[in-house]
Formats: sequence, structure tokens, C-alpha cells
Amino acid sequence: MSSIKESPQARTGASQGLSASRRAYNTGMRALIYIAAAIVVVLLVFLLGYILYRGLPNLTWEFLTSEESVVRDVQGIGPAILNTLYVILATLVVVLPLGVGAAIYLTEYAKNRKLVAAIEFATETLAGIPSIIYALVGVLIFAESLALGKTLIAGALTLVIMTLPTVIRTTQESLKTVPQSYREGSLGLGSGKWHMIRTVVLPSSIDGIVTGCILSIGRIVGESAVLLYTVGMSMSMQDFFRNGLESFFSASGSTLSVALYVYAKVRADFDLAFSVAVVLIVITLVINLASSLVGRKLKKN
Amino acid sequence: MSEQSLRNPSAPAGRKGRNGGARPLESVMQMIFFICGFIAIAFVLVITIYLIISGLPAIREIGLVDFLFGQEWASTAEEPKFGILPLILTSVYGTAGAILIGVPIGFLMAVFLSKVAPRRVAAVVRPVVDLLAGIPSIVYGLVGLMVLVPFIRETFHTAAGESLLAAIVVLAVMILPSIISVSETALNAVPKEYEEASLALGATDIETYFRISAPAAKSGIAAAVVLGVGRAIGEAMAIMMVAGNVANMPDLLSSVRFLTTGIAVELAYSSGLQRQALFSIGLVLFLFIMCINVILNVFLKRDKEG
Repeated sequence: MSSIKESPQARTGASQGLSASRRAYNTGMRALIYIAAAIVVVLLVFLLGYILYRGLPNLTWEFLTSEESVVRDVQGIGPAILNTLYVILATLVVVLPLGVGAAIYLTEYAKNRKLVAAIEFATETLAGIPSIIYALVGVLIFAESLALGKTLIAGALTLVIMTLPTVIRTTQESLKTVPQSYREGSLGLGSGKWHMIRTVVLPSSIDGIVTGCILSIGRIVGESAVLLYTVGMSMSMQDFFRNGLESFFSASGSTLSVALYVYAKVRADFDLAFSVAVVLIVITLVINLASSLVGRKLKKN
Repeated sequence: MSEQSLRNPSAPAGRKGRNGGARPLESVMQMIFFICGFIAIAFVLVITIYLIISGLPAIREIGLVDFLFGQEWASTAEEPKFGILPLILTSVYGTAGAILIGVPIGFLMAVFLSKVAPRRVAAVVRPVVDLLAGIPSIVYGLVGLMVLVPFIRETFHTAAGESLLAAIVVLAVMILPSIISVSETALNAVPKEYEEASLALGATDIETYFRISAPAAKSGIAAAVVLGVGRAIGEAMAIMMVAGNVANMPDLLSSVRFLTTGIAVELAYSSGLQRQALFSIGLVLFLFIMCINVILNVFLKRDKEG
């Protein structure tokens, strides 16, 4: 980098071919670029290859679907997959209305510029807080102050705060792309503001809301610090059908990322940990593909 | 056009609702949306207040100077000591190390993707870099634990490979994707005319990338660096698996504890003053992050304006 400033003579050589120092600079910097690219590409291939190599052999249908049992000598992450789904659902049910509502307020209602700036600053702050602080907050507020204990619902509520900025931002982006004439048309035909939002604005911005959902799911699936301290490490199956729905509020159990931590750090069962890692990477891949697909559709419209 | 026409059409509808009372639903919905909008502020306030309330008692009991500059963290000893200087220094060194490794590679990779690489190569590499960004941090920790830690143990003949060095490498890899994508966006946004003018004046392509494009994109690249700092200083789970978690003063090959892992390691079983001290660490970390966010906002805003 520093060599950029080091060769003022480069300019004088510009008229007649390349001077030796300029040629050296060119070759050197080009080599650096290719070296960096090679490092990154090798790293990518190595990371993915190593995880697949270690994780795939143990990845059987039985491992994915069954509950672990010492008696039958079965290892399984079925409960962890279900718990991850429960946490995703519970989080989205709460965060979607809140986030979409906030975005609607910011783009359709808010008139006070200072308030808008304050809300946007708050959103950015929430997006920048690291997950270990959210873990503290989740333990303090939801598990202890609200006496929810280490439950799926305490984890989900903490994740609501964490994913709120994502939902607000993506929804806001897509609300901004809804043409002003749509709104004027609807209002001109005599509909009220809420009616206009419900029938015109929201349907046209559904892509952005879906993107927000997908990105939030990505964060939830990848989150480990918050969930480790709020949902507990139990690996057994939940049975809401037998115990009734209210048992959801007292249920606790590990999600996929927590299961990975348990396998790697608590039980030192590294091959199984890598199998969970493969599952997580496949989910990440699906999420990335889905969000770029939705993004492309958004651009087309 | 934007501001005025955005607000104006709403006026008649709003008035009708308020005056005639014909549409009570309208004002109810407006209220609901206002509450939704305000909730982000409420969350930030609640988090800040909770952290301050739970973080201050321990600092008051230990003493601010002893807490921040005490060189020993022995929370479970018979005479517990709560000095977080080793944790702060480890976080600073670890972040600096990750930035020193990650930023040059990430920046050069961004130049590669944005300017040098053939379109088809970039189209293949970019999604994989995005995939790297999405991989859960705990997976990085796992790979670090299984590959990097044994490698360091054997190369440097230390008793345990879990060290600051391992944490730095893991952090550097983790911040790469965000540095690459943010710098690449900044480089792509440089007006074509700048580069064409430079080439027309006889500069080579490489000179143009580094002396014209990079300076023109400098605030975006600075934002990438600050973003990397924020991610590195806030990461907990991945480095918890590779850093060894003993609260030593930082040394490249010794087992260390970061601010984040300081919380993470003891959060599950702590109680009393020890637990309160964890919240104090959280408060310190929160202040660090807030400063970084403010700096990041300054860079991003300057980017938008300039």
C-alpha cells in the first residue's frame, strides 16, 4: 500500500514507455492482487471442503430425524432442527408486525425529521450491538426480570430485538420503491390512509418483507451466543401435541448451532459437530440463494 | 419532489379521519404504527439502562481504576480480583491483528473482484464469498479448533495451541467477507470517467486502480475497516473455542481471554459480585461498540454525501 506514495518519478516517465520503477510497481501490485485472490480462493475451497469431508460421512437420515438415546445408542439432531424451526417461527411472528409497522411509520406517516433520525439511529445501534451483549440482555430481561427462565420463548424474544433492524431496513427499502403515483391514485379514489397502505403499499412491497424474513432466518440459524444462554442445552424432543400448546412457553432445548457447541465443546464429539456444521452451511446456502432470487425479482419489478 | 409529495397526499385523508370521526380505524392504525416505529428507540433505551443499572454496582464496589486497570482477573479465587486490563488489551490486540491480516487481503481481493477478474470468475467467486459471510460463527470456531489449534501447537511447540494467534487468524477469516463486499461496492461506485481519464493520461491499469479508484473509494473502504473492527471486537463464540480463555496478559502464543469471551465463559454459572462484574464487562464492551458505531455512521454519511 505504502508504495503508492513512494514513486513520484512514475509521472515523469509517463510519456515515453514505462520506466523501470513503474514497471516494478505494476508487476508487484498485480502479483499482490493475484496472491490475495489466491489466498481467499484457497481458503474458501479448504473451509468448505474440510467441513464436508469431516461432516458428510456421519450425515445420515437417521441422524437428521431421530432423537438421541443412550439406551438405543442413537445420535440425532431431530429435536435441534425442530427447536430451530420453533425459534424461527416464534421470532418472526413477533418481529414481522413490529418491523414492518416501524418501516411503514418511517416511510408513510412520520413527519418529524428529528424523530425519524432518532429511530434510524436506534435501528443502526441495534444492528451494531454484538450478540454476546444480546445474550446478557436476554438473560437479564427475559430469563430473569420477566421470569421466563431458559426457554425457547426467552430466546425468541431476544432474537426479536436482534433481527428487528434487518426487517425494518429491508421493508423500508422496498416501501421506498413503491411509486408515489400508486399512493396518490389510491388516496385520490377516496381510500383512507390505512386502506391505502393495506391494499396498495404493502402488496407492492411484499418482496422486501420476504427478503427481511429470509435474512432474519439466516441470523437466527447462525446465532449461537444468545441461544446458548437463553434456550438451554437439552437435546430431547418437545411434545407440544401431547402437553398442549401452553407447554411451548416453558419448553427449552438446544437449536442447531447450540447443538454444534454441545458436540464440540461439551462432549468432544467432533465428527458429529462437523455434521451439524454441514447442515448449517446447507441452510446458509439455501438462504443466500433465496434472498438473491427475491432480490432479482425485486429489481425486475 | 420527494419530500413534499410524500407528505401531501396524506393530508386530506388524515383530516377526514380526525374531524368527522368517520374513520376511527385510521387514527388507531396511525397510533399502532407510531408505537412500532418507537419500539426500536425503546429497545435501545431498555438495553442501555439495563446494562448501566446492572453494570455500575460492581464497578462501584471494585473501584473504577481497579476494575479497568487491574492486571488480574480471578473471579472465583478466595480473594477474588476483578481487573479487566488483560481482557481489554486482548480485545484490542486481537482486533488489531485481525485487521492487519484481514484488511490488506480483503482490499486486494475487492480490487480483484471489482477490476481485474474476468466477469465469469467474479460471478463464481462472489457468491462463495457471500456464503462465507453467512456461515455461522460457531462453525469458524469449530474449524479453527480442529485445524488451526493443532497446527499452532505443533509448529511452535507450545503445550496448547489455543492462543491469541489462533483467535487472530479466525477473526481475520471471519471479517474477510464483509471487508471484501463493502470495499467492492465502494470500488464499483467510482465513476468510470475517473478511470478512463487516468488511462487516457497514460497511467497503466494497475496504477489507475490504486491511485485513482482506491482514493476515490476511500471512505467506503474506511467504512469496511470500521465494520471489520466492530465485527472482530464483538465476536464471542468462535474465539471462545480457539483462544483458551485464561485471563493472561496478551501474548501471541499464550491462552487469552477477550472482553466478549470473558462474559461468555462465566455467564452460565456465575453469581453475586462475579455476575455483576460480567455485566460491567458488558457495559465496557457496549461503550466500545457505541464509539465504533458512531465512527462508522460518520464514514457512511460522508460516503452518501460525497
